[in-house]
Formats: sequence, structure tokens, C-alpha cells
Amino acid sequence: MNELAIKDLLYKLADDQLILGHRNSEWTGFGPILEEDIAFSSMAQDKIGHSLAFYTLLQELGEADPDTVAFTRNANQFHNSQLVELPNGEYDFSLIRHFLYDNAEIIRFEMLSQSSYEPIAKVATKLKGEVKYHVLHANTWIKNLGSSTEEAILRLQSSLNEAIPYALGMFEPSQYEQELIEAGVYAGEEAVKAEWLKRIQAVIEKTDLKLPDLATVEPKLGGRYGEHTEHLQPLLDEMAEVFKIDPTAEW
Amino acid sequence: MELTKENILTLLEEVKDPEIPVLSLVDLGVITGVDISDEDHVTVNMTPTFAGCPAMDYMKKDVERTLEKHGITNHTVIMSFDQPWDSNKLSEKGRRHLKEFGLAPPPKYDLILDLDILEHVKCPYCDSENTDLRTPFGPTLCRSMHYCNDCRQMFEQFKPL
Repeated sequence: MNELAIKDLLYKLADDQLILGHRNSEWTGFGPILEEDIAFSSMAQDKIGHSLAFYTLLQELGEADPDTVAFTRNANQFHNSQLVELPNGEYDFSLIRHFLYDNAEIIRFEMLSQSSYEPIAKVATKLKGEVKYHVLHANTWIKNLGSSTEEAILRLQSSLNEAIPYALGMFEPSQYEQELIEAGVYAGEEAVKAEWLKRIQAVIEKTDLKLPDLATVEPKLGGRYGEHTEHLQPLLDEMAEVFKIDPTAEW
Repeated sequence: MELTKENILTLLEEVKDPEIPVLSLVDLGVITGVDISDEDHVTVNMTPTFAGCPAMDYMKKDVERTLEKHGITNHTVIMSFDQPWDSNKLSEKGRRHLKEFGLAPPPKYDLILDLDILEHVKCPYCDSENTDLRTPFGPTLCRSMHYCNDCRQMFEQFKPL
């Protein structure tokens, strides 16, 4: 198997989780209610832990150690989708992004747990159980708020409309797509997207929200190839601020 | 002490979860294997409960310290996902200790997680099932928070995974 293809896959998985983990951590101390503060903080810890598991696989393939990889790259070296780097906005936007992202991530993990590349299959098998909690959390809140007050519905609908082009960007195929599919490493983005649509529609149908007509939505692509919004570099600068004061410090 | 798998596991009973000090790592189910080579090299395999758990590194060092305290210097402790942890791996003794500590033990389940098994967790204080899930997250990654409508107390569950 082409090692570059595996590395590309690992980087996009790990980078999505690291960046969304960081965004989730920005809710610590600011959640609209205590339980949500704790939820986003816990998901932050999970996501960053999950990114570490994938960066560790990259290290085993000869890449730098996880801290170096996480803290010393510039925005154009990150393979995350643009969806995860967008600022948190208000709670409705963070919730919608969490819903759109985690429903895709769990499908990736379910499919990767069957991967022919055993190290990825082992990690995915473990992590899919943990992400289940993230999905349960997102779906419960979308169902509750998405059929509650007029303001809640309007806010969620507006965030959904705003996030959808970026969410479609999660499924930007890699340059190694066909190779990974043929080798049985990964079922590929089209397969993930088809299943994702079914699952998010099943939740949205139980609310007063409407999924925009996807045929008219232009996906925000580029993230998987290092093209990012202006929001990523400031996030990276902040994330690495302490590390860069003394990269050799022992914690 | 003779170097046998059973004796090593007995030693490791001393090592507790730093966040739940009544629970040994053996009862927690994170010690997945002990091998002793012909040259008396001891290999302990471990696996994390939750991948992001910050206590795992501490637990690994604690296993190493405990082996050394008992004169076993020829050792390797490996943390991996080879045999991934799930909450069914908690021993019966571990479940009892959790309840005594005030944490509802996770139910034994078919490993298909849904809201139903989280919604009416048995209260560790009064054994009522008239309880509500407040949030599937808690003060540590492995805990969820619940409210008992009978004894009117918040409680935490070591959550099923």
C-alpha cells in the first residue's frame, strides 16, 4: 500500500479532531448552561485524545512526534476540513457544526474499523464507541431545540444554512481516494457522505428544521489540500503559544 | 516471589485508578495481558479506558513503579489498542467498589449503546430506577451525570462504553 495515501488519510482524520477539539475547548467556562459547558469541554478532551491516537500512528510511519506535528505546522500544512476551523459563533452554530461533524465522524470510524490497514482499524474500533456519546449528545439537542421555540428554530435553521457548504467540504476526496478504496483501507468520501445524509435527515425530519437543497449548495472545498479560511492561523497561533515559549519543556 | 502471571496480577491489585482510588487497574479491566519470558522478562499489556483520559500515562508509570518496588526491574509496560477496553471488562468486585464509592457501575450490555440504557440508571445511593440522565458527560471522560427523583440527589455513573 502506498504509504503517502495512508499518511494523507491519517492527517485529515487527526487534524479534523485536533482543530474541532480546540474549538470545543473554547466553550470551557462559557457554556450556556453548566451541563453544556461540561459537555463541550469533555468532547474537547476526547477529540484531542483521538487526534493523538492518529498522530501516534503517523509517528510510527516516520512522521515527527505528535507535539511537533500538532504545534509547529502552519495553516497551509493542515488537512482539516474548513468546517472545523470556523469560529464557534453562538451556541446554535456550535451545536449545528457538532451535529454535522460528529454524524460524519462516527461513520468514518465505523467504516475504518473494517479497514484492511490494521493499525487504523484498531484505533477506529476503539474510538467509535466514544464518539457515539458525541452523536447522542448532538442528536438529542437538535431534536429538542429544533422543535422548541420560534427563536431556537430560526437560529438553528440559519446556522444550518450557513454551515452546510462547509459540511459538504468534509467529503472532499483525497488525491488517493481510488487507491484507498481499492485496497480496502477506506470506503471513501462518497460512501461516507451518502450514509451521513441518511442519518442527519432522519434527525432533521423529527424537527421543524429543513435541510437546504444540497443540489444548490456549493461545497467549500480546499481544506484537505491545505487551503483554509482566515480563521485557522489565529487558532494555531493561540494553540501553540505556550508550546512555542519553550518547545523542550517537560510537563 | 515466584514470577507467575497470577502473582504479577496480585501485585497489580495495588495499583488504583488515580481518580477512583477504590478501583484497581485489574478490576477496571485495563490490564489486558501479562507475559513472562523464559529469561524472566515481564511484559504487561495495558489499554486505555477512554483514549483522551489524562490518567492513563500516570497509570502506566504507576504499574512500572509497582513492579520495581517488588524487585521486578526486567519489565516492559505497553499501552495499546490491541484489545480495546469496554465497560463489560469491569470485574464484579470492581462494580461493587464503584457503588460503595458512590458511582453507579455501568450496566452489562450488548455493546450497542443507545439512550435507553443511559436514561434510567440505578441510583447508587437508594437503588431507585426513577432517575433521569442530566448529561452524558461529567467531571471525567468516563462519567455521566444523573438525578434521582426518589432520594433527590445528583449522582454520577461510570458510563457504559
